[in-house]
Formats: sequence, C-alpha cells, structure tokens
Amino acid sequence: MVKNTLNVGRISEGFVLDHIEAGKSMEIYKYLHLDKLDCCVAIIKNAKSSKMGKKDIMKIECPIDFMDLDILGFIDHNITVNIIEDGEIISKKPLALPKEIRNVIKCRNPRCITSIEQGLDQIFVLTDEENQIYRCKYCEEKYRRH
Amino acid sequence: MRHLMSPLDFSVEELDKLLDLAQDIEAHRGKYAHACEGKKLATLFYEPSTRTRLSHEAAMLNLGGSIMGFSSADSSSAAKGESVSDTIRTISCYADICAMRHPKEGAPMVACQHSSIPVINAGDGGHQHPTQTLTDLLTIRNLKGRLGNMTIGLCGDLKFGRTVHSLINALVRYEGISFILISPEELRLPEYIRHDVLDRNNIPYEEVVRLEEAMPNLDILYMTRVQKERFFNEEDYVRMKDFYILDKAKMKLAPEDMYVLHPLPRVNEISVEVDDDPRAAYFRQVQYGVYVRMALILTLLDIHIG
Repeated sequence: MVKNTLNVGRISEGFVLDHIEAGKSMEIYKYLHLDKLDCCVAIIKNAKSSKMGKKDIMKIECPIDFMDLDILGFIDHNITVNIIEDGEIISKKPLALPKEIRNVIKCRNPRCITSIEQGLDQIFVLTDEENQIYRCKYCEEKYRRH
Repeated sequence: MRHLMSPLDFSVEELDKLLDLAQDIEAHRGKYAHACEGKKLATLFYEPSTRTRLSHEAAMLNLGGSIMGFSSADSSSAAKGESVSDTIRTISCYADICAMRHPKEGAPMVACQHSSIPVINAGDGGHQHPTQTLTDLLTIRNLKGRLGNMTIGLCGDLKFGRTVHSLINALVRYEGISFILISPEELRLPEYIRHDVLDRNNIPYEEVVRLEEAMPNLDILYMTRVQKERFFNEEDYVRMKDFYILDKAKMKLAPEDMYVLHPLPRVNEISVEVDDDPRAAYFRQVQYGVYVRMALILTLLDIHIG
C-alpha cells in the first residue's frame, strides 16, 4: 500500500466529480443540497494531483437522472464530471454556465425585494456569458463572488 | 397579458406604435374620453410621489375610468406586514390595471408574477422608472420630430440618476444617436453603462465637466437633480448640488432648436429665468407624461379606439 493514500471504493451508479479545487468540496456539497439526499457520498479532500498539486474529489452514489449538476458550471467549470453506470465511467458531462440559478446564491443588495418578501425564490440570470455575469432577476444587481 | 417593468419591454416597433397613439390622444382627446369607462386603475404607492401618481390617475380619469389606491406604505396593509404578492392578488380582485411604486427594487416584478391584471412599474427604488422614459421619448419625438440622428446632453448626477440610465438604454436602439455626458468627476456615468451599453453598441460619446463646452453641440439637454438622499455626507451634497445651474447666459450658447428637458422636481439646477425660454420644455414634458400614460393604459388593457 502506498503511504498517505486513502482509498474509497468504487460506486456502481452515480457521479465522480474530479479536479475540484482543493477545499471547495464542502461548498459543492452545500450547493448540490446533498445533505437533503439519502444517498452515499464520499468527499476526498486534498488528494494528490499531478495537474493541480492538490484537489478534492467527490463520489455520489445515486441514480444518474436524480441530480441536476448544471450548477457546477457556475461553481467551477474546470470540474470533471464522470457519469458512472455498472461501476464504469460511461461518459463525461460537459459543464456549461447555467442560464438560470435558482435558490443557490442570494442577492446581497439590501434594496432588493428579495431582502423582505417571504417565500420568494432567489433567481439569478446569466446576462453576459463571455464575462460570466449573473444578475438578480428582480433588482438586476450583479452577483459578486467575493 | 402584458405588464410594463422596463422601457425595453417594448420593441422599437411597439414603442413607435405607443408613441403614435399618444400623439393621436394629444390631437383628439375627445375621441378617448370614454375609452376606459367602467375600468379601474389602482395606484399602489408604497412611497410618496406626487407627480407620478397624479399623472397615472389623470391619465385614467382622462380616459373615463376611475381610480383607487394608497399613497404611502403606512396607509396600506404593508404596514401590517403583508407581502407584495398577497397585496397584488387582492388588488387583482378590485381593479383592472395597477401602477406600483415601491422602495424595494424588483417589487413590481414580484407583483406581475402573481397578478391577474396588468402591472405598471411606476418606480422601484433606484432601479427602473419606465413611464418616465416613455415620457422622455414622447417629448423628444414630439419636439424634434424624430428619435434618431441627434446629440443628447445628459447633465448632472449621471452616477445615481436612474432616469438617465433608462433613457440611454432606450435611445441607443435608434440610428445616429450620440451623447455628451456632462458631470463632475464624482458623478460620472457608471462604468458598466459606458462599457455594456455605449461601447457595446458603438455609440459615440464624450465626457465633459463644463456645461458651457457642450451647449453649442446639443439637440437636447437633459438636466437632472443631484439627489440629497444619495450622499453619505452633507458637505459632498452641498458641493455637488450647485455644480450646474442652467441660466440665461448658458442658454445663449445653445442652438435655437435645442430643447431642455428635466424629469422634475428641480431644485436649483435650472434657474427660473429659463422657464420663459421657448426651448424650456420641462413643463410640456409633464403634459406628455399624461398622454403617454393614457396610451400605455389603453395598450396594456388592449383597448382599441377606431
């Protein structure tokens, strides 16, 4: 056995998310609402990577039509999404920026109606694909990641 | 069913039709005097606004309809904590169309998602004020006979002025438009509008600080008020509010066929001595505001008068 290596077994059906920026996996766990799903999830933090130095990997065992992974395009389009069936990679899902993001990020504009209206979905719309700009559907404020 | 959330909700062709209708209303007011008989307009104003509310109400009354509503959040169920979506569902049972002003940006958008009657955005915070833009477009078209091939001077608070931002967005859709942006350094047009709207549409513009420099080259001068509520300290506001004062001496530098517009209210950025100049068009602009809102109500209610 190689020293400092952690092995996590194969999954039979689901997704393997590879090349996640080290430390970002918990963020993805939250964005994909994995806490609400009754499925097996393995998170590997700071795995060695020849390309990235360190990376995170996630394995999610669930039916492949069970999950909408479009949001990953917004989080980090460099993530590799391997789709697994019968324990084998059957395809890789290309990531694109989703046209709309619903209830994942929140509008930070205190003057926006989303700050007071109860039960209102937080919706962001892709307004500039080239510059990856999302704006709140209601107040059109640009979403700033930091 | 259509709503009006932003001036860009109408295509250029639809806008032309709307402005044609407004012009016909101006020329034949009697023809439209009963067009909305039996219809009710609800004005839902969660913050005070004399001009915009009365203009909508005058428009509906001129069309033979009736009006109802509230003029501040204190006198509505909002004071009891009612949501915008619940309010509009209720109002939909009472009225045929509504105009909403709200301090929160996007509130009219929430309303239109739950409404069974057309919703007019009558101003939502610093975001949109589309009926002002329609008013400005009708005024320019009536005074100049066109909406393209002209140089528009925008003067004053170009940073926070939503009327200026909306007008730029609406005008860049016409051929041959150029802008002269007249403002102090601190109140320049935001970069995202210069880049995303002007540069992206290859619209020629120049930025100047002195109003006198721009005057001889303008077809329209659009003055704006420096708004006190946008400043964090009184000192900056006092310094900025007197930065531009349009007076008779400056008007002498302008062409004979240049017109001055202002969304009003003004404070002291246009001296009262300019009011008698035939090129001072800001009170005519108020009248055009009623005509364009009449045309808008008819359009959204899908009422056609032969």
